[in-house]
Amino acid sequence: MPVAVTFSSFAQVEGDILAHLAEFVLPELVGNTLWLVIGVAIGVSLLGVSLAWLTATCDFPGRRLFDWALLLPLALPAYVTAFVAIGLLDFTGPLQTAVRETWGPVKLPEIRSRGGVILVMSLALYPYVYLIARNAFATQGAIALEAAQSLGLSRTQGFFRVALPMARPWIAAGLMLALMETLADFGTMAIFNYDTFTTAIYKAWYSLFSLPAAAQLASILILFVLVAVVFEQRSRAQMRYSTVGRSAAQRRIRLSPALAGLAFVYAGTVLAAAFLIPVTQLVLWTREVIGDDLDSRYRAFAWHSVLLASIGALMVVIAALLLAYAGRQRPGSAMVWTQRLATLGYAFPGAVLAVGLFIPVAALDNWLIDAGRAGFGFDGTEILKGTLLIMLLAYLVRFLAVGFGPIDSGLHRITRNVDEAARSLGAGTAGLLTRVHLPMLRTSLLTAAALAFVDIMKEMPITLMTRPFGWDTLAVRVFEMTSEGEWERAALPALAIVIAGIIPVILLTWRGARPLD
Amino acid sequence: MAELILDSVSQSYGTRQIIADLSFTLPEGAIGCLLGPSGCGKTTALRCISGFEAIQSGEIRIGGDVASRPGWMLPAEKRRIGMVFQDYALFPHLTVADNVGFGLRGETHAARQARIAEMLELVGLGGHAGQFPHQLSGGQQQRVALARALAPRPRLILMDEPFSNLDVELRERLSLEVRDILKREATTALIVTHDQHEAFSLADWVGVMHRGRIQQWDTPYRLYHEPANRFVADFVGQGALVTGEVINDHQVEIELGVLNGHVPVECDASGCDECMRNCQVDVLLRPDDIIHDDDSLMLAEIENKAFRGAEFLYTLRLPSGQRALSLVPSHHNHAIGEKIGIRLAVDHVVAFRRE
Repeated sequence: MPVAVTFSSFAQVEGDILAHLAEFVLPELVGNTLWLVIGVAIGVSLLGVSLAWLTATCDFPGRRLFDWALLLPLALPAYVTAFVAIGLLDFTGPLQTAVRETWGPVKLPEIRSRGGVILVMSLALYPYVYLIARNAFATQGAIALEAAQSLGLSRTQGFFRVALPMARPWIAAGLMLALMETLADFGTMAIFNYDTFTTAIYKAWYSLFSLPAAAQLASILILFVLVAVVFEQRSRAQMRYSTVGRSAAQRRIRLSPALAGLAFVYAGTVLAAAFLIPVTQLVLWTREVIGDDLDSRYRAFAWHSVLLASIGALMVVIAALLLAYAGRQRPGSAMVWTQRLATLGYAFPGAVLAVGLFIPVAALDNWLIDAGRAGFGFDGTEILKGTLLIMLLAYLVRFLAVGFGPIDSGLHRITRNVDEAARSLGAGTAGLLTRVHLPMLRTSLLTAAALAFVDIMKEMPITLMTRPFGWDTLAVRVFEMTSEGEWERAALPALAIVIAGIIPVILLTWRGARPLD
Repeated sequence: MAELILDSVSQSYGTRQIIADLSFTLPEGAIGCLLGPSGCGKTTALRCISGFEAIQSGEIRIGGDVASRPGWMLPAEKRRIGMVFQDYALFPHLTVADNVGFGLRGETHAARQARIAEMLELVGLGGHAGQFPHQLSGGQQQRVALARALAPRPRLILMDEPFSNLDVELRERLSLEVRDILKREATTALIVTHDQHEAFSLADWVGVMHRGRIQQWDTPYRLYHEPANRFVADFVGQGALVTGEVINDHQVEIELGVLNGHVPVECDASGCDECMRNCQVDVLLRPDDIIHDDDSLMLAEIENKAFRGAEFLYTLRLPSGQRALSLVPSHHNHAIGEKIGIRLAVDHVVAFRRE
């Protein structure tokens, strides 16, 4: 149902076409988006695969630490990395100033450029590829590689001819997730002033107040996204067949001291650039402004963020639990399609969802108002439009998949025999749920709630576009401060978001470390 | 404890018949076993009895009460049937003691604790009450599953391939242990397995199933020595069929000589004595029906041999080219291709009409 509503924005394409848009804006948008996607794809693949290979199969100093620390950038929304990078590397930033003072006027590459966006997005999104590729390398084990070596391939050849092709479906799945995030990203693009579809939708919404224009842009963006979705689903289907042999992660490749040192420096640099430096800078900036900025308004921002994220997370968990449970009670291809359709929302950029949900809700609103006037002499302008409802609904659609994943896989781990064992011991349907399923699902439910909570906290476009008046959150505050270039003042809300974001990353690594999964 | 009766039970998925006309009676306190190759319908039969599958015809009665009939079934949770699953299906979030106590509702705390302790003692896990399932070995988990199923004093225990996840040695030891426990609790139990050794060491009654039908419901001894049809003869134990000709209702001639004993074949609808003469049959020879005897004039060539420790299992080629098996004490070590003397030692005749 929510997805069907989203697709209704397609219907709007047939409406009046704004020739202006097509002629002047579209070519630039498509070009920008294509370059961005290609650049980020290359960036995250190089970073993600090389780091995954190093931590999964090689041994070098600090490997255990890097193994999980390299996931930390997941906690950093791309827009935070982005404004820190600009704040640091811009013409007026400390680096360029220092360089100027030491060597006089030197021309450094401009950070507010296509290359800069790609670099920042790659640093922010490589963990998607890293996480999945690392699992692939760790589970495919040394056996296939050893077989390759026994057949006369060198280790390097073995990597390119065996390990890499075997891990390809995983890498592709991670890559597609990263690209979906890229397409959906709004905050970073806004900060860099790099025009893509998401920013264009936002501008059409607020500057032109043109719903049709926003909807048309949204439907073009959806086409891009659908390509990524199809690729992602395909590579997921292949992932099943590619697990060969048992894992032998114990037998790591011992790197020579020089190579090990190089590996350490490389991993360390990436970690520093993607996480340590931005967070340190955030802390420094926060210290500068905390005295002035931490007033009662801040408590309202934080309160709004936590409240919205909590309600949203609760809705997501309940909906995901119902959906997963329905699939368990009535398995079948129709149910699989329902689940797939319902969880497709994660692929849709928040800006698109905001548009897709706003149009039908606005229509319903007008109808209700008319009916209200006619029937009860009721006089009002909006009922649903501009309420929290539409915002929460959009969150639900966008993040249902985030909650569905852990709950569904948790439910799959409860075998049918466990159900039958409980029933043969006298437990009815209610008993089964309260005494067996919910306790067994506890970690899954917590994980789902934590992931959804943090995703909603850092969510920017939906919140910006559908929030009722006065409902500013931490993410909105970041947007407002960064759009005025006040990096220091954006640091405080950003730091709060980052701290909340570290929770699920820890959960994620903790889950990955458990042998049962 | 109760008697279990299946009265011509049938079940099918769409057009595919899973079990057909299944009938047997398992007396109170007895251990029964459904034995058959995978896909023979034995697990479906178990699920019908436990109340997880509906039946399309016939009737299932437990302790005299109807549990299933077409269009109606007593819910699984009301049947008071204990189940032990292949993967044990222990509740991972509960301790051993809480697993065992799961089915004990509506009893006082003290009675509950006493029953849990009693059950854990029975299965020899007294010291493991506070542990979680994943801290136990496979054999221990198996025993927890059994204790959990026995704790609410069920009328009947059902076990689905209970030992297939264990290694061979443990399997044999545990199956004797389980029989012991079931007998001590005087529980009626039905076990499903594809392993005849398991069936023979556990069960009082064994039903051999094939294509959804029970081929024979009998004691293990009679299944081995008096198989009702070719499938049972082939599935249970080892042996070979050789051609023979009926002389009369207590004599059959095969190429190794004349076998004496009741000939369980009907060659003609009338079943008269005279009409059986010259009837062509296949006679089942078990490996222990052919004895190696150096003094015998009857010779057979060794075509293959398998060392079993205490004995050799020789595959013999008889003069006509037919094959037979013989179990020979292992100090009689002969080479492949050698001819050895053999002699028949058949207790009773097992023969099937040749089609």
